[in-house]
Amino acid sequence: MAQEDKSAPVADVALRASHLTKRFGTRTAVRDVSFDVYRGEIFGFLGPNGAGKTTTVRMLTGILTPDEGTVSVDGLDLFSSLVQAKMRMGVIPEVGTIYVDLSAQQNIELTGRFYGMGKEGIRRRSEELLRELGLYERRNDLVRTYSKGMRQRVSIACAIVHEPSLLFMDEPTEGLDVQSRRLIIATVRRMNMHGCTVFLTTHNIEEANDLCDRVCIINNGAVVALDRPGALKCAFDSTQSVEAVFEPAVGANKAGDVYCIKVDERGDRLVFQTDDPDATVRSAVSFAQESGLRIVSLITCGPSLEDAFVALTEGSP
Amino acid sequence: MNLPPLIRGALVTADKDMRIYYRKAPVAIFGLLFPLFMFISFYIGRDLDIATFFPGFFAMSLFFTASSVGPLITPWEKQARTYERLLSYPVTILTLVLGDVVAGAVFGAVISALVLAVGLVGLGITITSIPLFAATIMAGCVCFASLGVLLASPSSGSPSNIMMISSLVRFPLIFISGIFVPIAELTGARRTVSYLSPLTYLVDACNGAMGKASQLHPAYNILILTGVSIVFIAAARTIQARMVMRGL
Repeated sequence: MAQEDKSAPVADVALRASHLTKRFGTRTAVRDVSFDVYRGEIFGFLGPNGAGKTTTVRMLTGILTPDEGTVSVDGLDLFSSLVQAKMRMGVIPEVGTIYVDLSAQQNIELTGRFYGMGKEGIRRRSEELLRELGLYERRNDLVRTYSKGMRQRVSIACAIVHEPSLLFMDEPTEGLDVQSRRLIIATVRRMNMHGCTVFLTTHNIEEANDLCDRVCIINNGAVVALDRPGALKCAFDSTQSVEAVFEPAVGANKAGDVYCIKVDERGDRLVFQTDDPDATVRSAVSFAQESGLRIVSLITCGPSLEDAFVALTEGSP
Repeated sequence: MNLPPLIRGALVTADKDMRIYYRKAPVAIFGLLFPLFMFISFYIGRDLDIATFFPGFFAMSLFFTASSVGPLITPWEKQARTYERLLSYPVTILTLVLGDVVAGAVFGAVISALVLAVGLVGLGITITSIPLFAATIMAGCVCFASLGVLLASPSSGSPSNIMMISSLVRFPLIFISGIFVPIAELTGARRTVSYLSPLTYLVDACNGAMGKASQLHPAYNILILTGVSIVFIAAARTIQARMVMRGL
């Protein structure tokens, strides 16, 4: 599996984490984490619950000071130039809600003022964002009257009002309806197309697979993989599978003659884990003929990022 | 206007606090109703010359109002899950502390101005030195707003706990600071204890500025209040930095 490219010129690096370590009492939450995020890429940061994702993000955004290691943003040391470095960032924290006693417009204006934007700049940008995110009609309503999806859209508007060059998103689509999720993903893509570097923390492997140029997987506080999603998938060839649906349905115990490493039942499907999909398909067809079963569907599935993620994080608490 | 980031951040934080927290019930209860009830319970049924006690009551109202906003802000932000976002803005913890202090001080100054207006118009109170009195009000408002912010600093996202702790700290100060018993009448250990309370210096400064006898020169009182404010702000910054993860 490829590791991070340490030879990348500093000018191409939007964010550099070097040997970050954070301890809480006797527990080491993050251990010697290093990686570079290149300018203009969407960088996925994945890990199971308690792996150290949020602690790492808090160190990268200047909320927590690491016990060891450094963070640089566009070549600026985060902790010695905290305010200047933060001016370049937009952050959507995992639990970072907006002020429910203010309207969407007021939340965006407040954020713009924190970033030193002028009145006219804030007015123009907030109107643009409110329209883009489908909030314009309700811009003067208090946020407490909004749905979860609308609140998250306001949160995103606040994070990008100053057009940051580096955007941190911690679980931005968690628990949202499909429309809000799509709107947010489209906004992220648009920001990225305009040159914004995106650091995306997510549990959603499919989202990471679809959006990210590279992904970093963290487990037990340490980086266990860092590469393009395609390269990570290929590193786990043995996890290819064939999914079959027979009629009438049969249980996994009846399909013992089909060539595979392991068979699982998932609803009405049988999932054959295999190192040779061709042999598995052939033997599944033979099994159906011999048993008088009709094949409703037969799908070969390549290695997935989810498989790679599971393999890399197996044994985590 | 292109302000330095520290000042800009503190002013925006203060504006945010004023818009959101001035309307919260605990601010009205602890900042307005408490000093009013304290005054009523002390005054009603007793044959007191209100003009004599006015500097003390004025100082008490300033003390309560200025220190009522600070204890609410950080616990409320942590409870509402807005604190982490606030920290991600281009601010430091010192910026947020200063912003909270400004919000508390402005609240204290506005309410105190109303109390003073009642005193000047309704009770014939006179002020002997307007510049000294203005400096006293400013120093007092900043000092007790800083106390309020300091009290909130160890918070973990439970406003009610912090309001209880802040009451436990603020009430004893009322009784040892020369409001109900003039400082000149205190002797021995009681007098020594009274000088441990920053409220004593505000009461003394108010006495001096309103033509009553004061123990220290008003300039000393103002200087002490300013020094105490710096200590409170520094302590609040240090505690908030250490406890930043509590309640996140």
